[in-house]
Amino acid sequence: MDFQYLFELLCGGIVKGSIYALIALGYTMVYGIIQLINFAHGEVYMIGAFVAFIVAGVMTLSGYSGLTVLLLAAVVAVIYSAAYGYTLEKIAYRPLRNAPRLSPLISAIGASIFLMNYVQLAQTPDFLPFPELVPEFEFMAPIERYLSSADLVILIVTTLTMAALTVLIKYTRIGKAMRATQQDLVMARLVGINVDRVISATFIIGSVLAAIAGVLIASRTGQINAAIGFVAGIKAFTAAVLGGIGNVPGAVLGGLVLGIAETLGAGYISSAYEDVFAFALLVLILILRPAGLLGKAVKQKV
Amino acid sequence: MAENKRSKLLEVRGLTMDFGGLRAIDSVDLDIFAGEIVALIGPNGAGKTTFFNCVTGIYEPTAGDVLIHPPGGVSRRINGMKPNRITALGMARTFQNIRLFPAMTVLENVMIGRHCRTATTIIDAILRSRRAVREERETVDQSYRLLEKVGLADSADEFARNLAYGAQRRLEIARALATDPFLLLLDEPAAGMNPQETSELDELIVRIRAEEQLAILLIEHDMKLVMNISDRIYVMEYGKEIAQGTPREIKENKKVIEAYLGEEVHA
Amino acid sequence: MAHLKRSFGIGLWFMFLTLPLVVVRVNTLSQEVQWRWSNLLWVGVGAFAIAWFWQFSINRRAAGRASTVADKPSLAQRLADDPVLSRRVLLGAAAVAIVFPWLVSTGQNFYHVNVMVSALIFVVLGLGLNITVGLAGLLDLGYIAFFAVGAYTYALLSKNFDLGFWTCLPLGGLMGMLFGVILGFPILRLRGDYLAIVTLGFGAITKIVLENWDTLFGGAAGLANIPRPELFGLLLDGRQKSVYSYYIVLALVALTIFVTNRLKNSRIGHAWMALREDEIASVAMGVDMARTKLSAYALGAFWAGLVGVVFAAHNNFINPDSFTFMDSAMVLAMVVLGGMGSILGVIIAALALKLLPEYLRAFAEYRMLVFGAVMVLMMIFRPQGLISDTRRKYDYDGADGANGEGDHGGK
Ligand SMILES: Nc1ncnc2c1ncn2[C@@H]1O[C@H](COP(=O)(O)OP(=O)(O)OP(=O)(O)O)[C@@H](O)[C@H]1O
Ligand SMILES: [Mg+2]
Repeated sequence: MDFQYLFELLCGGIVKGSIYALIALGYTMVYGIIQLINFAHGEVYMIGAFVAFIVAGVMTLSGYSGLTVLLLAAVVAVIYSAAYGYTLEKIAYRPLRNAPRLSPLISAIGASIFLMNYVQLAQTPDFLPFPELVPEFEFMAPIERYLSSADLVILIVTTLTMAALTVLIKYTRIGKAMRATQQDLVMARLVGINVDRVISATFIIGSVLAAIAGVLIASRTGQINAAIGFVAGIKAFTAAVLGGIGNVPGAVLGGLVLGIAETLGAGYISSAYEDVFAFALLVLILILRPAGLLGKAVKQKV
Repeated sequence: MAENKRSKLLEVRGLTMDFGGLRAIDSVDLDIFAGEIVALIGPNGAGKTTFFNCVTGIYEPTAGDVLIHPPGGVSRRINGMKPNRITALGMARTFQNIRLFPAMTVLENVMIGRHCRTATTIIDAILRSRRAVREERETVDQSYRLLEKVGLADSADEFARNLAYGAQRRLEIARALATDPFLLLLDEPAAGMNPQETSELDELIVRIRAEEQLAILLIEHDMKLVMNISDRIYVMEYGKEIAQGTPREIKENKKVIEAYLGEEVHA
Repeated sequence: MAHLKRSFGIGLWFMFLTLPLVVVRVNTLSQEVQWRWSNLLWVGVGAFAIAWFWQFSINRRAAGRASTVADKPSLAQRLADDPVLSRRVLLGAAAVAIVFPWLVSTGQNFYHVNVMVSALIFVVLGLGLNITVGLAGLLDLGYIAFFAVGAYTYALLSKNFDLGFWTCLPLGGLMGMLFGVILGFPILRLRGDYLAIVTLGFGAITKIVLENWDTLFGGAAGLANIPRPELFGLLLDGRQKSVYSYYIVLALVALTIFVTNRLKNSRIGHAWMALREDEIASVAMGVDMARTKLSAYALGAFWAGLVGVVFAAHNNFINPDSFTFMDSAMVLAMVVLGGMGSILGVIIAALALKLLPEYLRAFAEYRMLVFGAVMVLMMIFRPQGLISDTRRKYDYDGADGANGEGDHGGK
């Protein structure tokens, strides 16, 4: 057995998984509060990547380069994704808060299709090359085979983001309000929490994470198109379900497990079927353990 | 006691139900005999609805036995059986928070109750075979009859969601009756009704018992109704059964009065 | 005035939102940045107008809720309640459908017939998915996979075993159904939203497998030279072939309508709807959830498989590109737009969604954009669809139980 190869795959899986985890957090947080699969979340991620591409493109052509460009692109992407996430909730989900359960889901699918095609029409349906913004760090050269400089940046940024998120949820006012709303929306409203604000905040935070993921992935794979949100969205959703939807640490665990499983499957079996492994994992987990790895099985109250 | 003369229909022994760390029902025993109206009362959160859910298969109890002895049928233990099988065996229920089929007509709601008593297959339905036509006619007739019984025949073609609250509760009863139960379980049938409607419900329940020859187990907070129509009463508090007996016995029971301190038991 | 001010604010907000994507385009090949400022103006004006109209509609919707205008008898309900009128309309529509190919095609030009064939194929798909989603409430986002199963079944059987179209037609349906049962069995007990994702996954897996299993399915290039439907060994020219396909698929449409209509008001159809409305209440009333859901899922898959055979035969060749998520989404949009459960609505929506892009080329480009928007807007403003589902009324003559045949209505 070739351990070097295995290790290489594992590292790749962890990098990939940490990005899935970032997107999965958005799904899980929204689901935890309003029990909706935000189908369009993948599109918010894709929009983040596109905005970053545009900012980076304009700046590169004006002669700037390097990490500053990446940073600025990321900031603008985050702002825009947050704005899109916020608007999405207001238009497509808020009017359906009390509708039959299929309605918001269909609305979400519609929104997803709309956004994907909107970007396709406004920009291009083709693949675009994303500029290489992370410089090759010299100290990474010896382990380049396992972890590139871009990978290192990804790992650092995702770790920091998740730490920040944990602090936000645990210690801030809005975080506490979010946890209260997740426990019991009606009760939260009764004790004076502005539930609408909490929901908006959840969408914004989820979108911010998605945008960060979008920028990171784009700078790693070096290309984007309007359809990347779709596949990434399903994968991240799989990660969220895998960990136990509604469960924040679960989303991170789920992302890592999925990333590793997928990379191993692609590396040892067939890379053409890479996506199949993710879907198969999703189906299996839903059938065998619908509550996910860390989730608790709850009985619906009757 | 009249108990030994009548046949036992439902026998619950040591029923226990846990939700995570919460013991919602703690080893409850309960019997129901043919032709009885039995009430299950207790303060909010006592575990009454959970008891119904365990008996009708919505939840699988953590421990204990639920045995049924259908008149003229074989006795069996029904723990963990699917709800639809239990309904087919002859127990039907209503829900505390009304669960009708809002976008179906009132008549169609009742017709669903006949589902487990009919056998029209997809092929039958496509070809409109003789069985399909006959069963449909029988289903419609019986459903109408039940709607007349609960006073809703005039609204048969309305959407269920457009009925007034009290009417929705009665429709749930008609729908449950359509399954031909030997035991009818009603979860707070008078909730949200005005006094006039409640007294009509009172009559309706007594009439149903007489005409359909079934036993009734009901959860109810309206003590007047409970004392009026029940033969026996079980009282639950915090998942435990704290008393049982005739309405008179219950009215004088110390524990029950304590449990209900603040609520009116005198009626 | 407050409305105007708000609309103005919303217009500005959307100008901000769309600023980078709609205005800037970075051309990486020519190393140029394109600035398309005029687009921003359009967005601003459009958003302003839509916002204004939106607030107006939301208010109206709120008012409408209070007085339940939605339950006033719709045109379709009146049609359904009047057997004579509905029979006439039905006959009229049938007559038009039958003479259609002779009206629009001449010796060399049968483009319109071909367009209609693809539209009718989608009518059957819409009606099939209407069983699964509209009647039984099972949100299937991978429906097109069953269509692919039918199409590839015919392509492979005719290629490898020389089986004819008419033998393969039922086989394609049965294969679709078989796949429906196999896939549905484990997943149908999942909650509605999980079911949606899993079916989406199945749809995607199907496409990946078709693309990558070259030896069997021809990979991304697909399979070519699929025989056209045969007619007693007669040799047909191009136009005749198209007209023949047209009648075949028209007959399928009629069959689907007939079967769906019969089922809709039957014991099983009621059980489907009950499950859609409230699962717990349904099982408590004795409906076997697993079996009933499976029947709806498998039956929906059956129609897709059936019409997949026609699709393959009519097109001569197939490849995985015809079976993408966007196609599933389009069929779903037909059901949603037409009105869940409403046969007439789904037919109209399917024809509209297929024919509009075909004849309005300008529209074609924006097609999916519009579909997406339509799905959101319908859910908000008209969840019952264009033509809301009609309920059949049953006769009852009193205590002796002699009710009429009750066969009218509903049709
Ligand atoms: N699905 C569930 N998951 C967790 N806890 C539950 C569930 N269903 C009920 N409970 C808990 O079990 C206890 C009993 O609830 P139950 O609904 O049976 O009470 P009840 O006697 O019917 O009250 P009420 O008179 O208000 O209807 C409550 O504390 C409730 O919160
Ligand atoms: Mg209760």
